[in-house]
Parts: sequence; C-alpha cells; structure tokens
Amino acid sequence: MSTQVLVLSSILKIVFVLIVTVGVFAPVLIWAERRQSAMIQDRLGPSRAAIVLPPSAVALIDKARLPMWRGFALTGVIAVVFLVGLTYVAVVGTNPLPVSTATLTWTFIGFGAAALLLRIGYGVHSMIVRNDGKIMLLGLLHPLADAVKFIFKEDFVPPKSDKFLFAAGPIIALIPAIAAFAVIPFASTLHLDHWNQVLPRTGEISGAAIPMQVASLNVGILFIFAIASTGIIGAAISGYASDNKFSLLGGIRAASQMVSYEVVLGLTLVPAFMVYRSLRLEDMAEWQHIHSWGIFNPLLALSFVMFFTAAIAETKRVPFDLPEGESELVGGYLTEYSGMKFGMFFMGEFVEVVSLGAIASILFFGAWDVPFLERDGFHIFGLSLQLQHWMVILIQVLFFLLKIIVFIWFQLMIRWTMPRFRYDQLMKLCWKGLLPLSLINILLMGALILSGGLQKYVDLLDRIF
Amino acid sequence: MTVTVKVIKKPGRTVAEQVYLPEAAKGLGFAMKRFFKNTLKPADKNDIDTVKYPEEKRDYPERFRGVHRLTQRTDGSPRCVACLCCSTACPAQCIHIEPAEYEPGDPRYGYERFPEVFVIDELRCIFCGYCVEACPCDAIRMDTGMHMPPSTARDHFLYDKETLLSIPGKDGTYLTANPRHEPGDPSHPGIDREHGH
Repeated sequence: MSTQVLVLSSILKIVFVLIVTVGVFAPVLIWAERRQSAMIQDRLGPSRAAIVLPPSAVALIDKARLPMWRGFALTGVIAVVFLVGLTYVAVVGTNPLPVSTATLTWTFIGFGAAALLLRIGYGVHSMIVRNDGKIMLLGLLHPLADAVKFIFKEDFVPPKSDKFLFAAGPIIALIPAIAAFAVIPFASTLHLDHWNQVLPRTGEISGAAIPMQVASLNVGILFIFAIASTGIIGAAISGYASDNKFSLLGGIRAASQMVSYEVVLGLTLVPAFMVYRSLRLEDMAEWQHIHSWGIFNPLLALSFVMFFTAAIAETKRVPFDLPEGESELVGGYLTEYSGMKFGMFFMGEFVEVVSLGAIASILFFGAWDVPFLERDGFHIFGLSLQLQHWMVILIQVLFFLLKIIVFIWFQLMIRWTMPRFRYDQLMKLCWKGLLPLSLINILLMGALILSGGLQKYVDLLDRIF
Repeated sequence: MTVTVKVIKKPGRTVAEQVYLPEAAKGLGFAMKRFFKNTLKPADKNDIDTVKYPEEKRDYPERFRGVHRLTQRTDGSPRCVACLCCSTACPAQCIHIEPAEYEPGDPRYGYERFPEVFVIDELRCIFCGYCVEACPCDAIRMDTGMHMPPSTARDHFLYDKETLLSIPGKDGTYLTANPRHEPGDPSHPGIDREHGH
C-alpha cells in the first residue's frame, strides 16, 4: 500500500470520527437529552428555536412543492422496477436481461438516490413551509442557538483564580474524550482494491487492506482507559483553579470518584479479555463476528451490567453526578465556568456518552457485526443476497452507529430515571459491591475456561447461530 | 383502665429494594412507558400538556372577563344611562363618567341621562367584574374575550366612550340579548319623571 493512500485514508478516518462525534452526536445529544427528559415528564421540551424566512423565499419554496413530489414519484417507481429486476437476478443467479448486472445496479442506485434526495427535499421543505415561514426542525436548532450563546457569552474568569489552570481544565477534559475514539473500529477491514466486487466469504484477500479505525494499537482498550483517566486531571484542576470552595469540593469528589471507578472499570472487563484473548478492539469485534455476541455469555452479561454502572460513574452522570451536585455544591467544579469553557466541559461529557456507547457495543454487542451479514452479503436460513464490498462496509458502519444511538438513548433514560446516590453509597457500591463482584466474576470465568466449559458453550452458540 | 399501645411496625425494605437493580429496572420501565407513549402516539392520545403558544391558544372559560365594552341600543347610542352605579362599585376607581341630559323634546329627556364622557383606565382595572354586576341596564360588559392589546404609552390604555362602544362581544354583536324598551315604544311601561307608578 502506498504512503499516499495510507495518509489520505487516515485523514479521512479522523475527519469521519470527528464529524460523527463532535459534529453530529454531541450537538444532537444536547437536544436529545432535553427533549427526551421532557417526553418522560409529559412536556414538549425545546422545540421553539426557529429561523424565520422572508415571505419571498417561502413563496418560492411553495412553488417547488408539486414538481418535487412528481419527480419523487417518477424516479421512485423507476428505482423500484430496477430493484425488482436486481432481486430477480440475485435470487435466480442468472441475468436474462439484455443489460449487464453492473449497469442495472448503477441505474438503480442513480434513480434510488434521486428519489431519496427528492423525498428528503420534499419532507424538509414541508417542514420549512409552515404557514409563517419558520424553520423549526423539531427543535434541532436549539444546539445551534446554544452554541451561538456559548460563544458570545461573557467568559468570566474569577479574579484570584489560577488563570492558566483555569483555562487548561476544560481542554484537558475535552481532548481525551475525543481521543478515545482513535482506537474504536467502526467496520471490518476495507479491501481497497476490491471495493466494488463481491468478496469471497472466507480466505485471505490480496491488495491494500485498510482497517476501519484511526489507530490499530495493540493495547487497544487499555489506551481508552489511560486516556479516559486523564479526564480526572481536567476536573480536578478546574476545581482547584476556580478559587471557590464549592468548585474545590466538586473537584475533589470528581477525582476520588473517578480514581475509584477506574479500578472497577478495568476489572469488570477482564472476563471479556479472557474470552476474546485480545486487548485489540478490532480483534474483539472479529471474534464476536465469527462466534457470537458477548452478551449471550451469562458471565459476560454480568460483567456488562457492572461495566455499564462503573462507566456511568466514570462519566460523572446521574445517578453518580456528585461532583456537580447542584443541590449541595451549586455546580461543583463547573460553578465558575461560563461561555465556551463551560461548553467544552459539556461537549466532553457528551462525547464520553458516545464513546461509552461505542465501547459497550464493541465489547458486548458485536461492534459492527450485523446479524446474518457475512463478507459477501446476507445469508438468512439458506437464502442469500450477494452484496458488493463497499455496501457491506456501509451497512456495518450504519449498524454500528445504530447500536451507539441505542446505547445513548438507554443512558439518557437512566439519567432521567434514577435519583442521585449519596457519596458514601457511591463509594460503598464501588469498593464493597462492584470490586469484589468483578473479582469473583474473573475467578468464575477462569474456572470456566480451565474446565473447558467455555469452549463447549461457545461451540453450542456457534451451532445455534 | 390500661392504655393499649398499638405498635406499628416500621416498614422495612424488601430484598428486592435492597438489591436496587430490580427496583431500578422497574423505574426505568415506567419512564420508558411514558417516553414511548408521548413520542409515538399522536397529539390527542399522549399526555403532553404543553401548548405551543403563538400557534395554539388555550380556550378560555365561558365567563372569562376580558376587556370591557359598552353595549349599544339598536340606534347605535350607548345603553348606558349614566347612573354611576359602576363607578361607585368599582374598587379600583378606574371608571370616570360625566353624565349629561338629553335635549328637551327628546323622548328620553326627563327619563334618563347619557354619558357625555365615559373613560375606563384599563391599567388601573383589576378585572373584578363588579361594574358588570352593578349595571342595572346591561350597558357594560366584559364578555369580549379579549386581552388588552399591548402598547407603549400609558394614555393608550384610557379607553374612552367611542373605543368602548366599538368593541364587539364574543358573538360579534354590539347588542345584548336583553331587549330594551325605549320611551315611546308600545312595550314601554310609560313610567318617567312626570308619570310615576
């Protein structure tokens, strides 16, 4: 593989990860968190932010309505006809038509994309053309308004604070949260030379192979732990630098809580390492792709519950948000922060939510593994649908993002259900509850492996799936 | 007689509550039920109470007291006879009336007066509705269903006679359902200052 390809693909992967986390997930999460909590509490939540269009633009958009709908109907019907033809070819295996399968596919993709674009355009513009010409988009403009507010707000720095550390705190909290995405694989290996061919189901593939993750480190998950624990410093020094008793208490709480749960976080995952026999996240994903998802192993399911609990405590979110503790500590280590510095803490927290979702789905829910999807396409109980390599990769990426979204949704659900723990309960849960339980879990998993029970269980699951 | 003490056992926590997870799952289930009900069901079937204000407005009750109006007779003159009952009853003293006599020869002359000036200071009004209760002629009403239109100057809120007469009721009319018997009408009982009971 040439150096140019390597550099270019690396840059593209970094951009993709940044767009997904910072560009899409974090802003949408700010909205989703408030909207979802409102839905639980029988309210509507933020939905009022709007861009007001001038009447002339509204009239213009209104005129485009009918042509758009007709275009969608036309291209959609053509696309469906081609899809029927393609399905016939895929099921029967031969192509009786005078045109080649590749032409068929490309025509279908062309018309399908046109139909999709027109439909999206029609839907979007129906959303736009409310009778008063306001674009509201279900309240998705609120994060935008929030960002504008954060940027233009006064950036207050307490006069006697440590100016350098005060400014460094949010950066140290945000950067590690994003950096953790470096080792997360979002699809199986991309074989660049065969990108529009159907790959064989097994066997080695020649040519350039690009792992779909930014950095393939052999420490893998340990890198995430190391990076995540850097976040402690951000919270602790911002609490110290604020020159505020509440901030200091919050910072101390954050430091002790995160250090405690860091231990448990690692130990709960040890059984998973024992099963997958690797610390590389891509190897774990591969193992689950070949065998079965980790969650189907009862001991790993236990370890998932413990990991999830510890990870929520590690991200300092409800019910473990004692470092913020607004009822007793005003805002904890966030008390003195305003403007974009607060925004960075906020962003860091949401990126951590996303990375937690990603790690949980990689370790226990098969990462990019889609049920019945092999390297050459879908195989469902004898039926098979051949797919080209890039389609397979695309489906894997989308499915992985879907898993992350489900986990984010679940985390927000937990956040709006549980009341906050007391500090002694928090520490008790860590040192007297999760720590011994995870050690026992490791022992049990060790016994299972040594007795050969694990191998039998995995074989059993292999036969079922 | 001995005093009997009924010992009430302090409610303890069950094992499920102490383990926390089952109870947490129960709470999560409840929250999810609410979430799915409110997101998936259409607006009339979910429990969301929020009113999207400028587009939707909450219905006011039938007897909502809005901005005042002066009701009209069939000829367009005010029903008010300037008896000053409303301004007397007004606890906020926001009604100012200057009564005047009709011209001699007018059928109403010597029978009733009319308001030369009728001003309500809507900023002073507390919307108690006593003026409506006090009025013997059904001349002042608060059934417009209107809020006061906002303005930047205080004197815009001094509603004079013409303004008050120009505000229709909720049903769109300037009259009331109560018929009026003018002097000279056949239905008029014929009682006036000269011809008593």
